[in-house]
Amino acid sequence: MDPLLVLMETDGTAVLPATLPAIAFAQAWTRMTRGRFHLLLAGGPDIVTQAETWRGYGEERLLIASDPALTHPTADRVAAVTLQALRATGARWLAGTASSFGKDILPRVAGLLDAPMISDVLSMQPDDNGPIFRRPVYAGNLIATVQIPPEAGVVSVRATAFGQPARATPGQVESLPVEPASLPQGTRWIGQDTAQNKRPDLTTARVVISGGRPLRDPETFEQILGALADKLGGALGATRAAVDSGIAPNELQIGQTGKVIAPELYIAAGVSGSVQHLAGIKDAKVIVAINIDGDAPIFQIADYGLVADLFQAVPELTRKL
Amino acid sequence: MKILVPIKRVPDPYGRVRLTPGGHVDETDIKWVINPFDEIALEEAIRLREAGHDIEILAVAIGTTAWEEQLRTALAMGADRALLIQQEAPADPGRISHYLAAIARQEQPQIILMGKQAIDDDCNQTGQRLAALLQIPQATFASRIELTPDGTCARVTREVDTGRETIEVTLPAVITADLRLNEPRYVALPAIIKARSKPLLRIDAAQLQIPPTAPVTTLRLETPPPRRAGRRVGSVDELITALREEARVI
Ligand SMILES: Cc1cc2nc3c(=O)[nH]c(=O)nc-3n(C[C@H](O)[C@H](O)[C@H](O)COP(=O)(O)OP(=O)(O)OC[C@H]3O[C@@H](n4cnc5c(N)ncnc54)[C@H](O)[C@@H]3O)c2cc1C
Ligand SMILES: Nc1ncnc2c1ncn2[C@@H]1O[C@H](COP(=O)(O)O)[C@@H](O)[C@H]1O
Repeated sequence: MDPLLVLMETDGTAVLPATLPAIAFAQAWTRMTRGRFHLLLAGGPDIVTQAETWRGYGEERLLIASDPALTHPTADRVAAVTLQALRATGARWLAGTASSFGKDILPRVAGLLDAPMISDVLSMQPDDNGPIFRRPVYAGNLIATVQIPPEAGVVSVRATAFGQPARATPGQVESLPVEPASLPQGTRWIGQDTAQNKRPDLTTARVVISGGRPLRDPETFEQILGALADKLGGALGATRAAVDSGIAPNELQIGQTGKVIAPELYIAAGVSGSVQHLAGIKDAKVIVAINIDGDAPIFQIADYGLVADLFQAVPELTRKL
Repeated sequence: MKILVPIKRVPDPYGRVRLTPGGHVDETDIKWVINPFDEIALEEAIRLREAGHDIEILAVAIGTTAWEEQLRTALAMGADRALLIQQEAPADPGRISHYLAAIARQEQPQIILMGKQAIDDDCNQTGQRLAALLQIPQATFASRIELTPDGTCARVTREVDTGRETIEVTLPAVITADLRLNEPRYVALPAIIKARSKPLLRIDAAQLQIPPTAPVTTLRLETPPPRRAGRRVGSVDELITALREEARVI
């Protein structure tokens, strides 16, 4: 099988841990197809310093595309560089993580290649007629098994699906020449508003405490749920209703259109348990629901359900732990 | 300025999707709606017009004649005209993006404003693929859109995993809508009836002469195994004991 290229996730300066699920997928792919894979690192001049730490997963080559024009890795430019890397390596398959970075860039590369793409891959299986993948549809209410022809394709990998990649022999580091004048010029990066997060990353946290609409305002949310999260060394999450009402910032949204998490312990307080929210928590090991309404749908999937007022139960839980 | 808004017909997100014994989506009780993200995209196009920009809004769907229902709703919301590209078989984002690119080449919109994701296939691909085919910039997952006063660029705030990012794209561009962009207006029945006089054009998909694309074949649909139902605990103390001694997660 033709080699696979992994698009590493960067902020232009450093590699982000969201790269790991895609590398884990590449290792699984390589094992199953007896194939090989390459890594692509694209970013500004500083990105070069990341190569040593981030190689060593059994890749054949680590390609570095570094230029001031990639300091802010906008989709049009990174997609162009990725296409160049595919051509340079002869790779016909591309993988990345289904994060906001991957969801933005990977389909654009698929468009440039005019190749099929499978989003949010849960598992894969080789087949003579082309690889077969499983992926969630209808907010995870159904699982589709899909196949694409064996020639070429792009996949985005669900972050929780393939585990952590194993360390292995490091590949050759090579630089991919970037010609800034030939890159797309239509996107200008203006700025970003990154939350100061003192807690673990939501997508990889061992414990997640989340809340919904009844939390009222950011102060109450932080005071009631933040205290419990800190006691357990966990991250905070939220429902769409909580984000829409300004109770929690958008990067905390869990669900079909937010983040997908797989913590060991998930505690949902004042969360009704809509289909869209459950789409993001199905892989949690233990789900605890605290809700005042004994008929709330969240109880149908919770391992432990406590019918109680969260404004009493959560502080009591924090105090007694 | 012209804005093209693609419209997909999908099952109501608040309904439940079930499989027939044959393993297909059971359509008997489905209520069909405009994909929620497309509705948000259309609402935003209308708001840009209401903010004083001179804008024509064209709604486009690639689907069966049944999809006219959603295009009529789009016209009632405020689209000026609608186009149905008639096609019986469902198509994947690779193919849909080719149809939309063909229409964009004919119509030359300044902005293609569309949903970030269809809530049935959950692919989140079509807008980005379309931008690649047209070789124009993209601004995905938009939660705020502002046109520059001279109308040549759009400044877009994007919802990303780490928070929010702002970029400026030169038009023409593809912009895909996230949930927080706006809350779509409600269309009353009289508006839908009134919109019957607005133009809705149908063309056959074959007319666009899109060359074959590599297909994504669905082999099987299945319902994932339900999570084992748990149990109720009577108090915070009982919960702590269960988490410590039974589940051993704290
Ligand atoms: C296209 C689309 C995509 C969506 N994507 C997502 C998504 O990604 N993530 C997501 O979360 N939602 C998503 N939604 C929204 C989803 O449908 C629900 O509206 C939302 O999840 C509800 O949030 P909630 O549970 O906070 O609010 P509610 O449904 O209002 O529930 C609040 C709950 O709190 C309980 N409660 C009230 N007071 C107390 C108290 N004092 N103590 C304890 N419990 C109390 C109530 O009994 C109730 O069960 C999406 C919707 C659409 C249409
Ligand atoms: N058949 C279709 N007709 C019109 N627009 C579509 C169609 N399929 C997808 N789209 C558009 O593409 C967006 C993303 O869809 P997807 O890539 O399938 O998640 C949707 O929100 C629609 O705006």
